[in-house]
Amino acid sequence: MSSVLDIQSIRKDFPVLNREVNGKPLVYFDNAATSQTPKQVIQSIVDYYENYNANIHRGVHTLSQEATEAYEKARHTLQAHLNAARPEEVILTSGTTHSINIVASGFASLLKEGDELLVSAMEHHSNIVPWQMACEKSGAQLKVIPMNKKGELEMDVFDKLLSERTRLVFCNHVSNALGTINPIEEIIAKAHAVGAAVLIDGAQAAPHFKVDVQHLDVDFYTLSAHKVCGPTGIGLLYGKRSWLEKLPPYQGGGEMIAEVSFEKTTYADLPHKFEAGTPNIAGGIAFGAAIDYMNQIGFEAIAAYEEELLVYATDQLKQIEGIEFIGEAKNKASVISFNLRGIHPYDVGSILDKLGIAVRTGHHCAQPVMQHFNVPGTVRASFAFYNTKEEIDIFVEGVKTAQRMLS
Amino acid sequence: MSHKTIAEIQEEIIDEFSLFDDWMQRYEYMIELGKSLPLIDPQYKLDDYLIKGCQSKVWVFAEMNEDELKFTADSDAIITKGIIALLIRVFSGQKPQDIIDAELSFIDQIGLKEHLSPTRANGLTSMIRQIKLYAVAYQTQKNHE
Repeated sequence: MSSVLDIQSIRKDFPVLNREVNGKPLVYFDNAATSQTPKQVIQSIVDYYENYNANIHRGVHTLSQEATEAYEKARHTLQAHLNAARPEEVILTSGTTHSINIVASGFASLLKEGDELLVSAMEHHSNIVPWQMACEKSGAQLKVIPMNKKGELEMDVFDKLLSERTRLVFCNHVSNALGTINPIEEIIAKAHAVGAAVLIDGAQAAPHFKVDVQHLDVDFYTLSAHKVCGPTGIGLLYGKRSWLEKLPPYQGGGEMIAEVSFEKTTYADLPHKFEAGTPNIAGGIAFGAAIDYMNQIGFEAIAAYEEELLVYATDQLKQIEGIEFIGEAKNKASVISFNLRGIHPYDVGSILDKLGIAVRTGHHCAQPVMQHFNVPGTVRASFAFYNTKEEIDIFVEGVKTAQRMLS
Repeated sequence: MSHKTIAEIQEEIIDEFSLFDDWMQRYEYMIELGKSLPLIDPQYKLDDYLIKGCQSKVWVFAEMNEDELKFTADSDAIITKGIIALLIRVFSGQKPQDIIDAELSFIDQIGLKEHLSPTRANGLTSMIRQIKLYAVAYQTQKNHE
């Protein structure tokens, strides 16, 4: 296998990989939807509930102090992981969708008629709908950066769409439906040149590579813990301090206030201004543990190994007559979207499930992408660093079985 | 015209499926059934007759033939077509009140339970609900005549 990673020993960290589905050993290739959880992360949750479960930021008692310390330590881990300038630039949220909604709802009050927002054509619904809502409220206009047949953004059109009216550009770092890695450095530099801010949805990038938000000079970056071996219901919003100070709070409640009276309430400083209510404390701590786990394995090794899996799987699948790949960008993460000619993706997914193979089928919450390629959906296989070439062999055989049965 | 009751047809289906040893044979049979589905007239293949769902499209149409309901359908996914073909076999040619009162036992027994999950295809549940809604509509109409 790989010379860099000891996959068999890594697999032992993931209890779920031992299970069987429909009498077959599980082959889990739905990592782009959610990653599996190593026992180190599970243990961090158990440890919290068994030893120091308490509400944070308020109690003077020992448990509360320990919980606060662990939660804030996780924030520092995430700050260091992204190389954010300050810990308060890391807002803990319930996930990427929540993160985007904080920014979109904040911008709704800053935008006015005549302003323009640019969105890429390959976004997840979570990076489209909040902005449509912001446009409805403010009268700003949403414009779309198109993509070509390979599933790459048309950067020359992007150049033309950019103007002094552009307030914000948002796109994903990696497309969930296609695997395309977008040229975000170029997008950020060009958007800044016209004075526009940039939000990058990093949900699909985070499992594959590490980003440096200061080096990128990105204004907002979002990610979800459950794509990087962490639990569901927790994620983060990175925002430059200057932007986060400018945006109004998203939700009112406890934790986010400085002083409250019936006449006037003043808001807390960052990051608490955007963290109303008791947070997902165990989730935050486990998010930190997950990032520690991934960093221990090493993102360079992860990226190299996943590239190996991607190339191997693509080569194997190419041999199948009638396979149509959806998204063939030059720069791709370890995601393969495809269809078998004349066969509905749902049928393929159903047969694969019977064979113990988990893939995603459908529109992947990116209906505009499906419309672009004129397909009802795709079968999507997405690989993580704990997958193996042997699993890819089982999967390719499964696809052939499905094709034989369904033709 | 079939005069078997809904319960009898279900028993028949359970018997047929009991001949298969594994899921692959069951699925192959369903795929075959899908190919023989009484297809909806193209003029009714409209959004009005579409059961909206997550993954595959399903159209179901019903018409009254004397006092019995006749169903036709289509789907863009073949396994879904097989499932709907089974439902139509059970319900087509039955009286609306019998369809409303019917308890479906065969789904569990032939190993299709996973298709009851709302995330699978259109959800067998919504197909059954749609068929029963047709029956309710025709029954109400009849009561008012």
